[in-house]
Amino acid sequence: MTDKKLSLQDIILTLQQYWAKQGANLMQAYDNEVGAGTQSPYTFLRANGPEPWNAAYVQPSRRPADGRYGDNPNRLFQHHQFQVVMKPSPENIQELYLGSLEALGIKPLEHDIRFVEDNWENPSMGAAGIGWEVWLDGMEVTQFTYFQQVGGIEVDSVTAEVTYGLERLASYIQDVPTVYDLEWGNGVLYGDIFKEPEYEHSTYAFEKSDQHMLLRHFDEFEAEATRLLDLGLVHPAYDYILKSSHTFNLLDARGTVSVTERAGYLHRIRTMARKVSKVFIEERAKLGFPLLKDHDLRKKYLGENGKYTKENA
Amino acid sequence: MSTFLLEIGLEEVPAHLVTSSEGQLIERTKKFLTEHRLTVGAVKPYSTPRRLAIQLTDVAAESKSLSEEKRGPSIDRAKDDAGQWTKAALGFARGQGATPEDFETRDGYVWLTKHTEGVPAKDILAKIGDEVVSEMKFSTYMKWANNSFQYVRPIRWLVALLDKEVVDFNVLDVQTGRFTRGHRFLSNEHVEIPAAIEYVQTLKSANVIVDADERKHEISSQLTTIAKEHDWVLALDSDAAQDLLEEVNNIVEWPTAFSGGFDEKYLEIPDEVLITSMREHQRFFFVKNNEGDLLPYFLSVRNGNQEHLDNVIAGNEKVLVARLEDAEFFYKEDQTKSINDYMEKVKKLVFHEKIGTVYEHMQRTGALAKSLAQLLQFNDKQIADVTRVSDIYKFDLMTGMVGEFDELQGVMGEQYAKLFGENDAVATAIKEHYMPTSATGEIAQSDIGAVLAIADKLDAIVTFFAAGLIPSGSNDPYGLRRAATGIVRTLQDKQWHIALEPLLRQFIELQGTVAKVEVAVVLDFILDRVRKLTLDVGIRQDLVMAGINRAGSVDIVYIVDRIKTLATHSEDDNFRDVVEALTRVDRLAVKQVTNDKVNPALFENNAETELYQATDLFKVDYLVGRSEELYQALAKLQKPIARYFEETMVNSENDDVKNNRYAQLNVIHRLINKLGDLEQIVIK
Repeated sequence: MTDKKLSLQDIILTLQQYWAKQGANLMQAYDNEVGAGTQSPYTFLRANGPEPWNAAYVQPSRRPADGRYGDNPNRLFQHHQFQVVMKPSPENIQELYLGSLEALGIKPLEHDIRFVEDNWENPSMGAAGIGWEVWLDGMEVTQFTYFQQVGGIEVDSVTAEVTYGLERLASYIQDVPTVYDLEWGNGVLYGDIFKEPEYEHSTYAFEKSDQHMLLRHFDEFEAEATRLLDLGLVHPAYDYILKSSHTFNLLDARGTVSVTERAGYLHRIRTMARKVSKVFIEERAKLGFPLLKDHDLRKKYLGENGKYTKENA
Repeated sequence: MSTFLLEIGLEEVPAHLVTSSEGQLIERTKKFLTEHRLTVGAVKPYSTPRRLAIQLTDVAAESKSLSEEKRGPSIDRAKDDAGQWTKAALGFARGQGATPEDFETRDGYVWLTKHTEGVPAKDILAKIGDEVVSEMKFSTYMKWANNSFQYVRPIRWLVALLDKEVVDFNVLDVQTGRFTRGHRFLSNEHVEIPAAIEYVQTLKSANVIVDADERKHEISSQLTTIAKEHDWVLALDSDAAQDLLEEVNNIVEWPTAFSGGFDEKYLEIPDEVLITSMREHQRFFFVKNNEGDLLPYFLSVRNGNQEHLDNVIAGNEKVLVARLEDAEFFYKEDQTKSINDYMEKVKKLVFHEKIGTVYEHMQRTGALAKSLAQLLQFNDKQIADVTRVSDIYKFDLMTGMVGEFDELQGVMGEQYAKLFGENDAVATAIKEHYMPTSATGEIAQSDIGAVLAIADKLDAIVTFFAAGLIPSGSNDPYGLRRAATGIVRTLQDKQWHIALEPLLRQFIELQGTVAKVEVAVVLDFILDRVRKLTLDVGIRQDLVMAGINRAGSVDIVYIVDRIKTLATHSEDDNFRDVVEALTRVDRLAVKQVTNDKVNPALFENNAETELYQATDLFKVDYLVGRSEELYQALAKLQKPIARYFEETMVNSENDDVKNNRYAQLNVIHRLINKLGDLEQIVIK
């Protein structure tokens, strides 16, 4: 344990400073409901294609089915992830990660830190990766993934993704019995801020949501996303995919989606996710992959006539 | 003599792949050395989560030279009439990189001796990167950075030393050198290895025990010491403990064992839950007292030394307590509901999206289980139990506990069923219906459990096949082969003679679309498991196939019996004669299949009468289902059959005589059929 216990916002500030120094650009949390930092366009879209990308951001992540009315010590409707993506994956990414723990006052020699195999997959987004969960004295505090496939497409350049569960990490650092006892900052507790919304969101998701409206929205969002994809408007389309996904999660939490329908909805989201990855790469290629500076890689991926040269059907 | 060291430095390799990769590295290296004719003394492997290595001792200075004699054209073709070398001779010389001056003539041909010089060891070993390191195959692959090359985990460094000299090669952009890495935290990033022979010692001073066996031994001895100090019983010999030890060994490079504890109040939670939390989730070893009761303590291993061990213990205890707190919560919460509450939820649970819900699967299983119970002549109480358990046996899937600890499915079902007032037979069957859970796993012991286990697996196979989800190659994502093996092993263990063909035919007809599959396809799939199981006990392939073909109504127990009968008698002196006689009857009989009765009045010789009388002695009903007796009875026909064919032309010009003879052969043929397809047997 550290002598002075970092507040949750100190932890965020420390991680931001640390990763900014390692070359990550600090993004802001994406302003759309997502289930995980991975779904932010700063990860999901940017993991596609050959362009380098280094970013870090906090992402509030909504998982309606995990809501527990503010009663459970660990489970939340919405938790916070600190997300770092580095593409192409740097050679010393593990060491960089361990450095971030040191920055938080967690000295490896005083603990037991392990990289335990844990491969990650999100079938509805057509995404899969290879990696570990990181155990700190037996507690899983970070998910560490090398993306292999995004939107059903094998990646050109591998993104290393480091996802800290901020509540878990803070629980460890502050040594408190429940997330609601965490200090966010300046003496204000996590519970002071989030206990009420947790209760209300759980009540909404499990009991009060308007299913007819949600069902209608899903169809509308899907139609809009599909229409926009055909127009090559990647980012607005992606917003509607995220909205569809969150709407489905709300329906699922409400328990009204039947067995066969569930598979159908997931399939519809997956279809959109596959398409958006493809269109994203095409649109970036039209711009000439501006972030790709390496001469050889430009030649490899843009070919002679400036067109993306990898088969990605 | 020299020593060579190769070390592949990796990011943490999945624990379950470390040992097999070490084995693979040895095999590939040995093959590599043979191909290059490089002689070495010992090939010693090393492995940790972060490295795979081999050390070759007594490496020869160079590979063995090789002299090969190559024969060219015959002398008369090698020279033309003018005595000049022909095109054929010149071509032969060129092909071998020689000139005609090198020819020797012997035995009417021209010859060349091709001499390959030995190659220095260092030049050969420089190829080990391409020919061994890059060629390694793994069950999990990944690529990293901008590479398309795939490996189990990213390669971060390579050491290749021939004594004190670096052997130069690279894999991707990683160049070999003499620097390894010590323990992630206890040592420096880069550690120089002075000479190949000093590998183990160098790493030991960098806090890495690189010899996997030595490390494992160290772990068990540390664990045992702590257990002894506290007078705890640590059962390290069990399969599960050995698996855990193997896993832990491949997660640490410098092990330090420690113990921790938890509040006694959690001991109220069922042992299985506590053990799962400790062993499966936290990789802890549990301990018991001398009376066999679980104790509120655990043992674990840190990847590090004794310093600040208190932090590690406190952290691990906290994580375990959080899990036990959850378990205790679920255990109490689950009991406030009823089986009916859970069954309502099971109705919405997906079995497979192409098949339907778990509830529908249970209903089909119930129908099959009841058919089985009737065939097995269960009594009313047993039939009532089968009916009850079929209605509820998956209820625990919806409990909080199984939601959190899915490996406890069935186990919690049994516990909760008892708490909810179900009788013991029903509760036990809930647990046993998953059995066996592996190829050699325990088989359901109770009759109700065994019936349910068989029915549940049959329905899974039929419906997955009907949905086109059929295992192929090594790909069996739904464990259908394991299920089929489970059916065979359970029937065998219970010695239940069930005619699977009519049972499945009726079931498939009754269930309609969800079970729409050819009965024969399902039966072949199950029979293929019989083949595998009997081959595994060392029975000859041809005998196995003889027993499996012509499976009739597919009574698995009988089929296994007759395979064993054939295997036993295959050692008999007259086996060859018996099989030859019977297959001869078989081959002829199928040319004119008939069920007519034999009429002795139409016999034309004594051999016919003799065979008829020998056959007529058979108590056919008695022989059905008794392969040993059947074989012995048929074996007695060998001589009468031989004589019969010596004296009788079956295809008589008189149709009545001929038909009568086919009738006789068919009587025997029908019995042979019950022994299998003897044509498969290879007669030596």
